[in-house]
Amino acid sequence: MLNTLLSGDRPRSLVLTALLLGVLISLAFAPFLFPGVRSLETAATICIFILLVASYDLLLGYTGIVSFAHTMFFGLGAYGVALASTHVGRGWGALALGTLAGALAAAVLALVIGLFSLRVRAIFFAMITLAVASAVAVLVSQLYQLTGGEDGLTYRIPRELTPAFRLGEVFGVRITGKILNYYLIFFCCLALFLLLLRVVNSPFGRVLQAVRENDFRAEAIGYRVVYYRITATCLSAAVAALAGSLYAIWLRYVGPDTTLSFEIMLDILLMVVIGGMGTMYGAVLGAVIFVLAQNYLQNLMGVAADAATGLPLLPELLDPNRWLLWLGVLFILSVYYFPAGIVGRLRAGR
Amino acid sequence: MSEPILQLTGVETDIAQYHILQGVDLAVPAGQVTMLLGRNGVGKTTTLKTIMGHWRARAGAIRFAGEDITALPTPARARAGIGFVPEDMGIFTDLTVEENMILAAASGPLEPARLEAVFAAFPPLRTFWKSEAGNLSGGQKQMLSIARVMAEERRLYLIDEPTKGLAPAIVSTMARALRELKAAGASILLVEQNFAVARALGDSAAVMDDGRIVWTGAMAELAADAALQERLMGLSMETAR
Repeated sequence: MLNTLLSGDRPRSLVLTALLLGVLISLAFAPFLFPGVRSLETAATICIFILLVASYDLLLGYTGIVSFAHTMFFGLGAYGVALASTHVGRGWGALALGTLAGALAAAVLALVIGLFSLRVRAIFFAMITLAVASAVAVLVSQLYQLTGGEDGLTYRIPRELTPAFRLGEVFGVRITGKILNYYLIFFCCLALFLLLLRVVNSPFGRVLQAVRENDFRAEAIGYRVVYYRITATCLSAAVAALAGSLYAIWLRYVGPDTTLSFEIMLDILLMVVIGGMGTMYGAVLGAVIFVLAQNYLQNLMGVAADAATGLPLLPELLDPNRWLLWLGVLFILSVYYFPAGIVGRLRAGR
Repeated sequence: MSEPILQLTGVETDIAQYHILQGVDLAVPAGQVTMLLGRNGVGKTTTLKTIMGHWRARAGAIRFAGEDITALPTPARARAGIGFVPEDMGIFTDLTVEENMILAAASGPLEPARLEAVFAAFPPLRTFWKSEAGNLSGGQKQMLSIARVMAEERRLYLIDEPTKGLAPAIVSTMARALRELKAAGASILLVEQNFAVARALGDSAAVMDDGRIVWTGAMAELAADAALQERLMGLSMETAR
């Protein structure tokens, strides 16, 4: 049963299994284990980024395609929900319509970009995605009547998903629409992650890996490399858009900074590299570590800086405002010590 | 003489600014082993890659089983029945031996009888069936490389230096496997620097020099004539053995 659920792709390391179980249990019971708005916010962000990073891993880790437009696809999904909720009105229908439209738009745009660039060399795809992503970000900012420009859009979602909706108490925790919203995100992300795991462990996924390793050889066996690359790109874009839609449902706000910025693209890249490319489980660890660091490193450094008061230089270095510097150091160290990512290292058993 | 399964006529191929193939005329008869011989750098590998479509012919025509395949993309040539074992083996190191074999049977599931024949020819592949191909030794990787091309029925095998850099025991295994392939009636175009293997396997031979075929004839004729070998390839098979 579990083997089927994981598509036969077991963690293949005791430590990794323990870590993944820890993450799964923590996220599954987050509202009860870590009550509070901020922790729930962090847990939802982790769920969404696990899915987003896993969809990017399908592209980078399994197919060997570098894309800089993953946040654009993420943004398309988010803006799909925002625009549908704004123009169609509050309701489940608007969420479904926006989600479907966003995923479809992302897949179609990925298909067009892929047809133009992947026929030649995968590196052109990286360059074109960078250009298209920048153009879309500018366009979203300029079309302020439609997209709200830099201010973004705030909209209403079904009441059952908002804090105003109350169901009672379970284990001393008040069950509100926000918690229902969290579980909608958790289960959708879990289902889509398992779907991605199924894809990469299917015959289609094996061909993708073959294409990544040696595209000439894959062609010589008889596989149309372009077809496989484009299909992977469309699938990855559609899943990224679904992650964006979930993010929009959670935040009830979309703006260029939260869904389209190049900073998010860099974050995704870092999460894939830290977790381990071409492993899927790497997306889980990469997203958990990175989102936790983003949310709690500043607090941790504040405590450390207070503890180091009186010592020379250290309080300055540990100033919470320097959290990005330490995140950078952590990244360099992780790349140095875990070149195959955390999952790669754990699987190698060293 | 049987009807050629592959016919190259005036094939010219450029790689960047270099004019590598300068009008190759070659016929590969069906059901025979044709040796493609010549010094290093004369265009043997480029000829195989041009047949496979990795390099596009700038001029000339390639006909396979009566069809003009000059403009066909590589996957279409593979699906038409041409199997290619490249010099660098080209195995997928991150995948298991099993996954490599399953991928190689691109047109359908791997047939059990065919798999048994592969295991009989290359026993280590059964032992390391579930292992990552990247962990195999050089000889085992070459076995896998040839086994992959045997994963399904091919009408023509293009094999580029299958014994290069291998230990003598592995060379014998390779030669035996190729002999069995030949005995099964396969059409093979084989680039081979090991003259003992070439002589044992080849029915006919084509010698290349400077991007052209400069001699064609029976392998036995070439093997018996040391002076001809010296003139065409700069060394004789007897001294190279």
